[in-house]
Amino acid sequence: MTATTAEKREPFTTVSSTYVVLPVENIDTDQIIPARFLKVTDKRGLGASVFCDWRFHPDGTPNADFPLNRPDAQGARVLVAGANFGSGSSREHAPWALVGWGLRVVIAPSFADIFKQNAMKNGLLPVEVEPAVYERLVAARHGDARATVTVDLPAQTVTLGTGGRDDSRAAPPSVLARFAIDAFAKECLIHGIDELGYLLDRTADIERYEAKHH
Amino acid sequence: MTTPKTLFEKVWSEHIVREEPGVPAMIYIDLQLIHEVTSPQAFDGLRARGLRVRRPDRTFATMDHSTPTLPKNLAVVDPQAEAQLAKLTANCREFGVELFDLTTAEQGIVHVIGPELGLTQPGMTVVCGDSHTSTHGAFGALAFGIGTSEVEHALATQCLLQRKPKTLEIRVDGKLPRGVGAKDIILAVIAKIGTGGATGHVIEYRGSAIEALDMEERMTICNMSIEAGARAGMIAPDEKTFVWLEGRRFAPKGDEWTAAVARWSALRTDDGATFDASVSLDASTLAPMITYGTNPGMGIAVTDRVPDPSSGATPSDQATIAKALAYMDLEAGAPIAGRRVDVVFIGSCTNSRMGDLRAAANVMRGRKVAAGVRVLVVPGSKAIKHQAEAEGLDQVFRAAGAEWREAGCSMCIAMNGDQLSPGQYAVSTSNRNFEGRQGRGGRTFLASPLTAAASAITGKVTDPRTLSFDTSNARNDIGVQS
Repeated sequence: MTATTAEKREPFTTVSSTYVVLPVENIDTDQIIPARFLKVTDKRGLGASVFCDWRFHPDGTPNADFPLNRPDAQGARVLVAGANFGSGSSREHAPWALVGWGLRVVIAPSFADIFKQNAMKNGLLPVEVEPAVYERLVAARHGDARATVTVDLPAQTVTLGTGGRDDSRAAPPSVLARFAIDAFAKECLIHGIDELGYLLDRTADIERYEAKHH
Repeated sequence: MTTPKTLFEKVWSEHIVREEPGVPAMIYIDLQLIHEVTSPQAFDGLRARGLRVRRPDRTFATMDHSTPTLPKNLAVVDPQAEAQLAKLTANCREFGVELFDLTTAEQGIVHVIGPELGLTQPGMTVVCGDSHTSTHGAFGALAFGIGTSEVEHALATQCLLQRKPKTLEIRVDGKLPRGVGAKDIILAVIAKIGTGGATGHVIEYRGSAIEALDMEERMTICNMSIEAGARAGMIAPDEKTFVWLEGRRFAPKGDEWTAAVARWSALRTDDGATFDASVSLDASTLAPMITYGTNPGMGIAVTDRVPDPSSGATPSDQATIAKALAYMDLEAGAPIAGRRVDVVFIGSCTNSRMGDLRAAANVMRGRKVAAGVRVLVVPGSKAIKHQAEAEGLDQVFRAAGAEWREAGCSMCIAMNGDQLSPGQYAVSTSNRNFEGRQGRGGRTFLASPLTAAASAITGKVTDPRTLSFDTSNARNDIGVQS
């Protein structure tokens, strides 16, 4: 991971914010960003269209009931969603759109493989938790719109906060869950290292392989 | 004696460039396929770092997702799509990548033309910025979809960093009944294991029913591996694979061919090799399948009734079914057969090959599409279109009242103007029935080409076994020669 070829990205350590709950299973990438928005040649600008067909009525007016549209969702950097999040198409436009809207973390009981890989390459942390932890997060948010969550990547923990209330007299929040993450992906996220730099630094290995096989 | 290995393990271990503790393996990519939608940002990334495409000779591009399919009016749907196609042309020129654009005879859906041109070969690693790259696994390749960041990685280094996936054996034995085919097998598999059932795994499809399938049918099966959440799907190459590939443009020739076949013949799971998980299915018990809901795991026999949300195993499953029925506007407990159909789409990387078109034509020959039903038949490639026309299939479709289109992804992804209107019901031979997939508000029933064609004739969801049709040529796997 030398500085010669690696490209620095924004390092990811801890995110602490209010969160949005989308308690639906199997949210596919066609819902996250419908195909008609894939005609772009840029990564930017997709945040405005994230969950477009759920966020907006066919006439273009916002669906006020959709969780991301509620006033208390604004500024949230964490999304909590049902199992098998990000299934379907491999479009990296899905994490681009989620990040474009302002998210840095998605917490779900499980993720589709390609989405998980795509997310981590864009500084969006997929956090896999037990169904009971997911339920707990959903319930806490339904009980208090100001509920906060802290995701600590170095410590691999999820902590439920007490929201906007003055909690100086309350006991400090305790860790709700520990999560697993690929050690290499974690290093890349924390240090803002991209995989391409890592691969380019190993060009000699590639040349050796090609000389032998091709 | 060496440890017995699975097909996947053989291909995987052959491609390891470097392995370090704690780091994903660096694996070599033999072939990368490119299309207009998921590549522009990857080429921009190369430019930003001053990088070249490492192996232009192992990189091929086509246009398929947003291309027009109307023969008389080849105008692109909108300026944005036009700009994206122009960008692909410019990128391929700048980086020296061979492009099969709309003016070439090779153009078509990326997962149709890869095998058709002989680019896809047994034992290869194949990637594309498209989840249905799993299709190429039908040849015993390890083929998987990637995001645009990884497209850039593979362009620049011909390598990817990958954790070794687990293996899942899906064994399908028994003889398929009449009117039941590859699409029904894979829809039944996904209904059984769920859309996340194979997450983290590479599937190997095995058993007598898989061996009996021709190459096109094997592609249909592997294509939808991603719909079960799998990283890839594979089928061991055999004599059918070799016969299908021989003579194709990019297939090895002469002595190289002989050597390749000898090498490829070893690509099968050794006796005694173990899988991380195993599932089995009896093909002889299958009926034509159709989906009722908004994910591909919501499949039932066409003779079944729409399930009640209470049949879900968990409260969460029940909510998922209820939400799907609300979107589809279907009543729990009602038979799926007989539901009104507005549109029938026969095409996509799942079912747009010669066998699919012949099967649909067999049902539609001498019949008329039901009044008020719009039918689109979209061949997977120009070569298939040409072959179908040589066989007169276009005449069968046109005489029945169906539209015969140019090659492309078309209504599977609805990026090119071919799409459903809100509320419409479609029987589609494609791979995804997600909300709005075929057009905002559109409702998709996924099914086989036979079921789609039968439904086109009656205007209702129809069990193809209730119509008489010829089956003698449907599995005549001629394929398309370059």
